[in-house]
Amino acid sequence: MTGRFGPYGGQYIPETLMNELFKLDQAWTHFRHDPAFQADLDRLLHDYAGRPSRLYFAERMTRDLGGARIWLKREDLNHTGSHKINNVLGQALLAQRMGKTRIIAETGAGQHGVAAATAAALLGLECEVFMGQEDTERQSLNVYRMELLGARVRPVTSGTMTLKDAVNEAMREWTARVDDTLSVLGSVMGPHPFPALVRDFQSVIGREIRTQLAEQTGQLPDAVVACVGGGSNAIGSFHTFIPDASVALIGCEAAGAGIETGRHAATIATGSIGVFHGMKSLFCQDDDGQIAPVYSISAGLDYPGIGPEHAWLHDSGRASYVPITDDQAVAAFEYLARQEGIICAIESAHAIAHVQQIAADWRPDQDIVVCLSGRGDKDVAAIARYRGRTISD
Amino acid sequence: MIDIARAFDHGKAFIAFVTAGDPSLEATETYVKALVAGGADLIEIGIPFSDPIAEGPVIQQADQRALASGTTVDRVFEMVARLQTQVDVPLVFLTYLNPVFHYGYPAFFQRCRESDISGLIIPDLPFEEQAEIRSTALSFGVAPITMVAPTSDDRIARIATQAEGFIYAVSSLGVTGERRQITTDLSAMISQIRRSSDRPVAVGFGVHSPEQARSIGRMADGVIVGSHIVSMIGADPAGAPDQLFEYAQSMKQALLSID
Repeated sequence: MTGRFGPYGGQYIPETLMNELFKLDQAWTHFRHDPAFQADLDRLLHDYAGRPSRLYFAERMTRDLGGARIWLKREDLNHTGSHKINNVLGQALLAQRMGKTRIIAETGAGQHGVAAATAAALLGLECEVFMGQEDTERQSLNVYRMELLGARVRPVTSGTMTLKDAVNEAMREWTARVDDTLSVLGSVMGPHPFPALVRDFQSVIGREIRTQLAEQTGQLPDAVVACVGGGSNAIGSFHTFIPDASVALIGCEAAGAGIETGRHAATIATGSIGVFHGMKSLFCQDDDGQIAPVYSISAGLDYPGIGPEHAWLHDSGRASYVPITDDQAVAAFEYLARQEGIICAIESAHAIAHVQQIAADWRPDQDIVVCLSGRGDKDVAAIARYRGRTISD
Repeated sequence: MIDIARAFDHGKAFIAFVTAGDPSLEATETYVKALVAGGADLIEIGIPFSDPIAEGPVIQQADQRALASGTTVDRVFEMVARLQTQVDVPLVFLTYLNPVFHYGYPAFFQRCRESDISGLIIPDLPFEEQAEIRSTALSFGVAPITMVAPTSDDRIARIATQAEGFIYAVSSLGVTGERRQITTDLSAMISQIRRSSDRPVAVGFGVHSPEQARSIGRMADGVIVGSHIVSMIGADPAGAPDQLFEYAQSMKQALLSID
């Protein structure tokens, strides 16, 4: 069936959007094989976003952890500071080819919002970004950044006022204005074709890892580790390696204050199958099928669901998923700063934290690649607060 | 179980929506009775959902209030079981797929049958995904009611051909909520539906005034009012039964006045 990953995926969305989703699917089916489109996208990824991103051998970390060789895929060095630019450049170009003049986006921490505002500025598209009221306060710097880029930021005051509600509001806005607008989803979630579309644009990460590591070692990685909220940097890193059975694929989800406290966003560890935000997948929900409020120090992982392809990779056993707490992620954030001189996003620090735990279990001739999905400037003030220091932005 | 077609037996139908449990299930019972006494021909009972993506702010907030008051799917079924002995119009549910999915389709539809629920509207279950519930719903005698939107175009024929109960024609782009003007070419949309189906067509989204009811009633078989009713309840929960009775009367009169 179209748009399915095992039992997951689908198009559970109001009728008003169905024809638009078909048009998007047709456009992507056409343009993914269109040499002119691909040339435009490759040029933007190379000249504008700064791809390929570096694959960096973290020598000090490797020595310190005493096991596998650790490699960092430096998505944090992309223009706008995260992997989100890979997807928005693709979708914004697609929007333009479809004759749209406006894009809308949802954002949690603001990384996808900033990337969308950037792509819109570059391509001359109007842009509106939906962001939970609570997140606009936590990430005021990113709000201003989006405004500088010419986007309009619309604070969302419904529900829990975080990422989930921003997604709701972007979907509602899209049903009100479909003719000239594409809703640029930031993760591998939502109704078909988004999980596949976003994966296709993000899978450049894994393809580069394959080539770059082969140049260095002549081998495949033994493990690829990435953080998972909706799961776009993880799918981007994993996808090319799915047929390579020897490559372990590990996603790190947000365990917040700890699974046992109930204050977390660990969908795989605690969620169950459901239908929400256009897709059948795994969700944090209560006994009555209401979507549960979730929590993580990381606004980008603070989401009650996971992309349908991840749910399927989990069920099939091809990928494994581990919960990482706020405490572990903050410690990893600080560790990477001191050990390698890299301040990474708190989201990415969840992946670093897991590598700290497992590196010593692997042999020195084995390679673990970690996707460093974003840079951490946006998180510095929050980490300081976590450590009891108040600093201004 | 009352056949949905009966709602369209007494002139153009007035279909009223209430959110179950806003502000309490006991109150919802009195609102439904008042609406039926005033002339409502069919009642849509909203089972609240945490994230109703097709709803505007009015119904979103009603859902939040209903959930905060402890409304669960089981408690809604219990309320409906009490109601069925007191009202003689068809009752249908409107909710999102997840609460139904989570309850389990066979269990959910069996309870629908036991509590005399004639149909189910799920805004996030478009035609292509109807297979989720269709055969189970029908096997328990519950009509899966589908929506047609202003953007449905070439899909209208497909949707209408398989429609059960009535066809819910969405008047406008966007989410639920009162609208001063409806700009969609409803008459074109409705004639397109009628070419493929002889099921009744009811128009919802944005409808609230007797004038709108009269003009839409000339083309359609009924009108659906949600947000306006929910905001009357939100503004004055205690006084709402009397107001809803009068409002239903005015809407039904407007619909009966169409020549």
